[in-house]
Amino acid sequence: MSSLKAPKSKEAISNSNLLFIIASVIFALMYGFAILRYPESFLQFQTFFDLFSLNAPLIILTLGLSIVMIGGGIDISVGAVTGLVTMCCAVLLESKGGSIGGAMLLALGIGLAFGLLQGFLIAYLDIQPFIITLAGMFLANGLLTTIHKDPINVSHEGFVALRDFTIVIPFLGNSNRLGNFIPLEIKLGTVVALVLILLLVVLMKWSRFGRNLYAVGGNSQSALMLGINVRKTKFMSYLLCGALSGIAGFVYIMTTGAGNVGNAAGFEMKAIAASIIGGTMLTGGVGNLFGSPIGSLTLLTINELIRAAGVNSNFQAIVSGLLLYVFIVLQSVVVWMRGSGKFKIILPAWFKFNKSN
Amino acid sequence: MKFVRLKEQLSHLLLPLSVLAVLIVINLIKGADYFSVKIINGALYGNIPNLLFGSSELVILAIGMTLVTASSRGQDISVGVVAAITSAVFVQVLLRSGDITWMTIFIGFLASCGVGILLGAFNGSLVSIFKVQPMIATLILFTAGRSISFMIDGKLSPVLANDLTSQLGGVMPGLPIQTPIILTAIFIALVALFLKTTNLRLYAETVGINEKAARLNGINPMKVQFLTFMLLGICCAVAGFIAVTKAGRHDSVNILKFIEMDAILAVAIGGNSLGGGKFSITGSIIGAYTIEMLSRTLLRLEVGTETIKAFKAVFIIILMVVASPVVREYLSRVKIRRGVGFLNGFGKKEA
Repeated sequence: MSSLKAPKSKEAISNSNLLFIIASVIFALMYGFAILRYPESFLQFQTFFDLFSLNAPLIILTLGLSIVMIGGGIDISVGAVTGLVTMCCAVLLESKGGSIGGAMLLALGIGLAFGLLQGFLIAYLDIQPFIITLAGMFLANGLLTTIHKDPINVSHEGFVALRDFTIVIPFLGNSNRLGNFIPLEIKLGTVVALVLILLLVVLMKWSRFGRNLYAVGGNSQSALMLGINVRKTKFMSYLLCGALSGIAGFVYIMTTGAGNVGNAAGFEMKAIAASIIGGTMLTGGVGNLFGSPIGSLTLLTINELIRAAGVNSNFQAIVSGLLLYVFIVLQSVVVWMRGSGKFKIILPAWFKFNKSN
Repeated sequence: MKFVRLKEQLSHLLLPLSVLAVLIVINLIKGADYFSVKIINGALYGNIPNLLFGSSELVILAIGMTLVTASSRGQDISVGVVAAITSAVFVQVLLRSGDITWMTIFIGFLASCGVGILLGAFNGSLVSIFKVQPMIATLILFTAGRSISFMIDGKLSPVLANDLTSQLGGVMPGLPIQTPIILTAIFIALVALFLKTTNLRLYAETVGINEKAARLNGINPMKVQFLTFMLLGICCAVAGFIAVTKAGRHDSVNILKFIEMDAILAVAIGGNSLGGGKFSITGSIIGAYTIEMLSRTLLRLEVGTETIKAFKAVFIIILMVVASPVVREYLSRVKIRRGVGFLNGFGKKEA
């Protein structure tokens, strides 16, 4: 695929940014449609921030996965690690010596441990990332069920206070049907997700690590020739992804307040889908981290729309799949169009308009 | 030339075969009656027949997965879902046709194969025409498939209660072996015949190794990739057929759940590169049996069901570390420097 990439002229927009723009335009269209269709609910700031509050773990996971995918790898253990972290934190908080700080450290520690193990095996021993992270997923799942099988509701006082803590922004509120004014409430998870988005975008855009990772993902051979430490860069990307899974786990339990075997199950595929919709390519070297939250928000908006429409919940998965199909074809066609003229295919007129954006 | 190829294959098969041997030894240590076979109601039962019975779907899917991996340098993660959809179609055809005869079962099977080919063509078109990574392309069906199969079912898990399908999923009168084992054997033989008589093996390997070179040599990579995906669709249909006749009912949520991961694992354990190119179907089949045997061995060793996954993971990691290029290179260097004695000690420590 990398050989099909366009030779970039100075004015040309890079593939990363082009895909990012497409993703944001589609998100804007989607949200605009939602507002037109259900103005009374989607026009509220609360609805928009609820998307963030309730799905902060998924957004954080998508960030981590995008980083790994930009480096040309894949990590399918993220969901299972998140689930493991929630259960471990719940067990720790319910035990006698449990404290919030300890739980935070534990979450980060588990995430880092998985990142360390997988990163070492993938980067330094040259094993296929898919298989190793699959094993990581099995390991996390197995440990999760070994540690505790039944749901635990955390009753640690400090933690409950943290769970119920909301940031109130009065001037962005709405009046409800009875005419009472309700201020905007944001959960702590939202803040964590937003801070992480900013930090990671800066890291990927302006730090040496970020630039190296783009180079490694684009073409690891030439990156090696440029003097980049390919192995270390890959290792660091998995480590970062592991740490983010740990943080996502803590945010998850901070949102739901319970450890459960089914926590974050299937998140890895959701995160991969969100990353792709956000314009990250699995082939590596292409992606904009701002796209990742936009990708997950697009997926979530669709789910909300379907829920609001009140149709059969099976359609939710089918429509998500269809949407994914549209995105994937769109991305591939866009990259093609920019590639060498060999693969020219006839496109409808509306598409050409889209491309000139 | 032929000898070189054989030797090459043997060196690839060394890993899965030695793992299989280790597992058999562990089983024999646990109980010497591991190979014993009993005859109940005219059919063979025992550890080995049960192993073959339990892993029949996995073996069939691993064969298709090997072909796809070889030609498209990626994996299909929708196999379990496609099998769920095709088996739903099969069950619907049977239930709507009134009385169930061999004829209607055959028609239902053909219909499910048709659906499998269609879904394979859907994935294949994305991969070959739009040049999407296989894992991403199949993510679409992975997301939507279980819901589609649920909607085909209409109601919660329709039941197949009749003699003919239970014979297909269990034992046929007069045959001493469970039917799924026979079906798997027939399928393997058909695939072997197909690969022997056609150029598909050569073409798939060529496309997987270098697509551009294949095109320059007059092979159409698009066609080959498309074909392998359609073959995988047929494999899914057969696997779904076996799974649903075994279970006797179609449960869209749980049928062949998570089998895609095991199928990919079987391909990797069989010594095939997940990056495409040369492949060995034999290796994948042995890999599939290894995975099944591993889970059964862990159960036999009375490891709790909740811990099995963790053990499996540790086993896979050790296996992949031993098979990784870096460790192999290191071992061969050590072998040259110090002779074989040290190598044995090192190998044991690694394992």
